Amino acid sequence: MIISVASGKGGTGKTTVAVNLALSLKNIQFIDCDVEEPNAHIFLKPRIAGEKKANIPVPEVDEAKCTYCGKCREVCAYHAIAVLPGSDGKKGSVLIFPHLCHGCGACSLLCPQGAIKEVNKEIGAIEIGEKGNMQFIHGRLNIGEAMSPPLIRQVKEYINSTRIVIIDAPPGTSCPVITAVKESDFCMLVTEPTPFGLNDLILAVEVLRKLQIPFGVVINRSDIGDGKVEDYCANEHIPVLMKIPFSREIAVSYSEGVPIVEKDASYQDKFINLYLNICGIKNEANSRH
Amino acid sequence: MKQIAVISGKGGTGKTVVTGSFAALAKNKVMVDCDVDAADLHLLLHPEVKERHEFRSGQTAVIDKKLCKKCGKCASVCRFGAIKSDYTIERFSCEGCALCSHICPRGAIRMEENVAGEWFVSDTQYGPFVHAKLGIAEENSGKLVAKIRQIAKELAQKQNLEYVIIDGPPGIGCPVIASLSGVDCALVVTEPTLSGLHDAKRVMEVVTYFNIPIKLVVNKYDLNPLMTGKIEEFCRSLNVPVIGKIAFDKTVVKALVEGTTVIEYAECAASNEVKKIWEDLQ
Repeated sequence: MIISVASGKGGTGKTTVAVNLALSLKNIQFIDCDVEEPNAHIFLKPRIAGEKKANIPVPEVDEAKCTYCGKCREVCAYHAIAVLPGSDGKKGSVLIFPHLCHGCGACSLLCPQGAIKEVNKEIGAIEIGEKGNMQFIHGRLNIGEAMSPPLIRQVKEYINSTRIVIIDAPPGTSCPVITAVKESDFCMLVTEPTPFGLNDLILAVEVLRKLQIPFGVVINRSDIGDGKVEDYCANEHIPVLMKIPFSREIAVSYSEGVPIVEKDASYQDKFINLYLNICGIKNEANSRH
Repeated sequence: MKQIAVISGKGGTGKTVVTGSFAALAKNKVMVDCDVDAADLHLLLHPEVKERHEFRSGQTAVIDKKLCKKCGKCASVCRFGAIKSDYTIERFSCEGCALCSHICPRGAIRMEENVAGEWFVSDTQYGPFVHAKLGIAEENSGKLVAKIRQIAKELAQKQNLEYVIIDGPPGIGCPVIASLSGVDCALVVTEPTLSGLHDAKRVMEVVTYFNIPIKLVVNKYDLNPLMTGKIEEFCRSLNVPVIGKIAFDKTVVKALVEGTTVIEYAECAASNEVKKIWEDLQ
């Protein structure tokens, strides 16, 4: 089963929920897909066994074959190629902007001269490790790199669905989140009971409904704020899977990179219940189909 | 005119609370919410929308069932796994590269322009406000950010405004880079946690990469004074000034629940510190 943990708003406790759930269960594969700001390793402190560079293919032009016809510029949907035709006996030139390239391969495949080959451009790295018998994988986007989805896709290639896979997703509602949560069997949305939390929860719910992924809500710092998140969930028939009240002690141990279950063992049962809750909802949904 | 972007790396550190307070403190400015896929600043500024525009960007492939012979050519070249086995398009996977439409021997695939969101120019009691809503599950948030920043800048020039104040998104990727390009100062809001420090370091590297001056604020600094010290030490090593430390204060959440800025809600330790921060930024 693949369980992803997402939220519209950042800083609501995605990583806290993902990490503590992972530490409370067995046979876990933990995948941190927040490649812009991966944090789960701070809490899990895995032993990293290997690193693999993550690349995307970008075009390289063989100027000896190129006739500066402009076909590549024409087919590139991302404006990542500019072609300056030659004139007065002077050679033309082709400019490539790798930061705009999505690596679709259109230019190289459609070049009439076969003058474009693809070369690797590094966009980040994937680290693979373990914590006890938990498998741990995360991606790390290089600084200055704009596009995280290709790296997220490469991280997700490591999914081993014979385990319970927990995916820590990035915040927001756009392409990085979609890429991270797609193909999940269940998604937990972590929120806080404030107007910001509610506003962004509603957006995240719309995303999951569009993707047709079953989901439920975890309310973090549940006693600070107001009751509108719970009212919303009740009206929309969204299950509230767990509530974590604010505690200064939890906040302080979070700040030091200590998971809740290591500070307060009673939370382990609560996270096991969270998992059972999810299984219950999944089973109910399956039996309806 | 001075452009200031408030960013954080990690989400939920208090960017919008700080930016919203600036709206109440700064005069002669335009506010911009660049967190276009989870915008929250409008919940504090209560905008009255004056202009509403469609944001068209990117395209999606559409297969004409009548022309398609299911030869499989499109699926064999698509690198985004967007062509399903029944020869329809998985909309959320299609990145609009159009390679399939070029390669299809029967011309059965056309590209349709996406309406990827909306952007607004609004009035608020704090002055003009430019904001946007990215369509659910849409992409190109960076382009939408660039669009509303350009509109805000033009508005500031036309009305002779002193500041463009930008509420940025979390992360370090495309919308963050679009929020930062060409600003005069990046204000990094972080929290005294290992995650906050880790993420602030990464986003500060991005800011430095684009040669933009940085200032930093530690929010909820008293939750872990030791970690606050580590953040200050790190900033000293980079010559980044720490221009404020905001105490953890439940008044901030109360103001939020009331839908107002902490500046207007109550005189408290947090509001006084934010006033000091704004003075420093001027």
